[in-house]
Amino acid sequence: MRGFGLGVWFVLTVVGAVVATGVTPKARAQQNQAPAPADLRVMPVQGSVYMIVGAGGNIALQIGDEGVLLVDTGLAQNADKVVDAIRKLTDKPIRYIINTHVHADHTGGNEAIGTLGSRVAGGNVGAGAGVGAGIIAHENVLNRMSAPTGEQAAAPFSAWPTDTYFTKKKELHVNGEAIIIEHQPAAHTDGDSFVHFRKSDVVSAGDIFVTTTFPILDAQRAGGINGIVAALNRLIDITIPKEKQEAGTYVIPGHGRLCDEADVVEYRDMVTIVRDRIEDLVKKGRTLAQVKAARPTIDYDGRYGATTGFWTTEMFIDAVYNDLSKKK
Amino acid sequence: METKMIRLTILGGLAATAIAAAAIVVSAPVSAQGPAPAGGFYDLSGEYAPRYHEDQPERIPGPEIADYLGLPISEAARVHGDSWNASILTLPEHQCKPHPADYAPRGPANLRIWKELDTASQRLIAFHTHISWQAPERTIWMDGRPHPPEYAAHTWQGFSTGRFEGDILTVTTTHLKLGWIRRNGIPRSDLATLTEHYYRHGDVLTLVSIINDPVYLTESFIRTTNWVADPRQQIAPYPCDAVVEIDRPQGVVPHHLPGTNSFIPEFGTKHGIPIEATRGGAETQYPEYQLKLQSMPKPQK
Repeated sequence: MRGFGLGVWFVLTVVGAVVATGVTPKARAQQNQAPAPADLRVMPVQGSVYMIVGAGGNIALQIGDEGVLLVDTGLAQNADKVVDAIRKLTDKPIRYIINTHVHADHTGGNEAIGTLGSRVAGGNVGAGAGVGAGIIAHENVLNRMSAPTGEQAAAPFSAWPTDTYFTKKKELHVNGEAIIIEHQPAAHTDGDSFVHFRKSDVVSAGDIFVTTTFPILDAQRAGGINGIVAALNRLIDITIPKEKQEAGTYVIPGHGRLCDEADVVEYRDMVTIVRDRIEDLVKKGRTLAQVKAARPTIDYDGRYGATTGFWTTEMFIDAVYNDLSKKK
Repeated sequence: METKMIRLTILGGLAATAIAAAAIVVSAPVSAQGPAPAGGFYDLSGEYAPRYHEDQPERIPGPEIADYLGLPISEAARVHGDSWNASILTLPEHQCKPHPADYAPRGPANLRIWKELDTASQRLIAFHTHISWQAPERTIWMDGRPHPPEYAAHTWQGFSTGRFEGDILTVTTTHLKLGWIRRNGIPRSDLATLTEHYYRHGDVLTLVSIINDPVYLTESFIRTTNWVADPRQQIAPYPCDAVVEIDRPQGVVPHHLPGTNSFIPEFGTKHGIPIEATRGGAETQYPEYQLKLQSMPKPQK
């Protein structure tokens, strides 16, 4: 069978939650509201990787002889359901959590899920490492979740990354496959990572790539439109389709449906075209009101736009305009 | 001559639409369809050679830039078409895209259909199709399986289920990737659904396809396409190797900024068609538009 190549998809019927992404104060306020009930679903993607949908941001799940590795953990209130979903697939210990970025819909389950886990300790892995899963992220994720001594941290200590990197990438070899964690600077936030399961040929892209909205720029956390475009181009570099520009490397977006390179290309094209239009108007000295009146997203509004909710078309245009208007 | 050409083009499309509307029921459910009966069904298997007399200028030479005539498109689709630059197809990541399920029959479309039967029960499990250009292959499931959940991957050929209505094979397709209504930048979104009706009259196979797209169409878009059975047909392989055709900085996406596409009036001017008509829209599909067309100013060459 050609086509989905996903085998059987199956549904774990547990109560989950809808998407919430901490981006702006308004968005964070919404994030604290009780999410609407929804089903949490698990779908085999390829190789040893699964995709969990409905816990907040999408979660990638790798299962093998060594145990379980998660990319992101969803909202805190859905952690139990995520664990239930994992336990229906395997009783192996949760060894690692990798966070693609800091937002609570991707890190909210770190504490509850991480404390259930157990990283293999010994060697040069520090004291206490055997208690809880190892939580890996770019160091800016830790910086955003923690706080200097005496100040209130944004997240509890046990939710913080235990293992950070500040270089371009970090490498792991877990469950028989190489895993590359690659930093994408100043994109959705300043701490974004792609997680590439090289043998399974699956990339978890975090919120740099979503299929549900225009890209979300968290300007308060140093996100930027050109960083998103650069990261999407990097994602196209990483992915390799089979013949006819389909399948091959699969991409798990931060929100939305499972994708491959062709889907990333179309999204990259859209983001680049909208960026170019707004940039042209900024260079011509147009005001934000004039840019909005020019409707630079009109041909994509029906697909990615919104007039209500946590990330509207207007908020997207505001963010891109403000980003491109900055003095360089 | 030019006026006559316009009339023929529009009337050709209208005739096809009228025939299609009379022959079929437009809407079809996306939900699971019942399994194919164990008894007889009209076996559409075979090799079919395409006939291009319908919409030939669009299908073989290819559409002209900004020719949106007769398309029930939204403003969003029109803006997308105006922004489209054919040079985007030089990007390696765009070169090997096959035509999606709704467009593949419109291109060079030598067609093969074959059936898949369950060995034990001899029940019909699926039809498969293969089309010559870029060699896309489809599976049309006839065993009553449901469509995938919304978070499953989308493909160029989508996920298709079929059922027989008499001797007509009716196919419903979801999970399509972003595609195209016309090869000049008029898009079809990945939220669209495709309903098809395949039927034979003697050696002639006719396909009526109906696209519903909440993003880029304001009404259902209906087309008909024909083939003739050709048992001697041999379809050649169609490998595709993406190459760098133009050395550009990474990330360049060719497109026209708003207001800069100087080619937009070219189609109307060349053929003496009022520019307003070339902009398309649901109205341009219907017979009444002939009257309106006569009152419009024609562009000067």
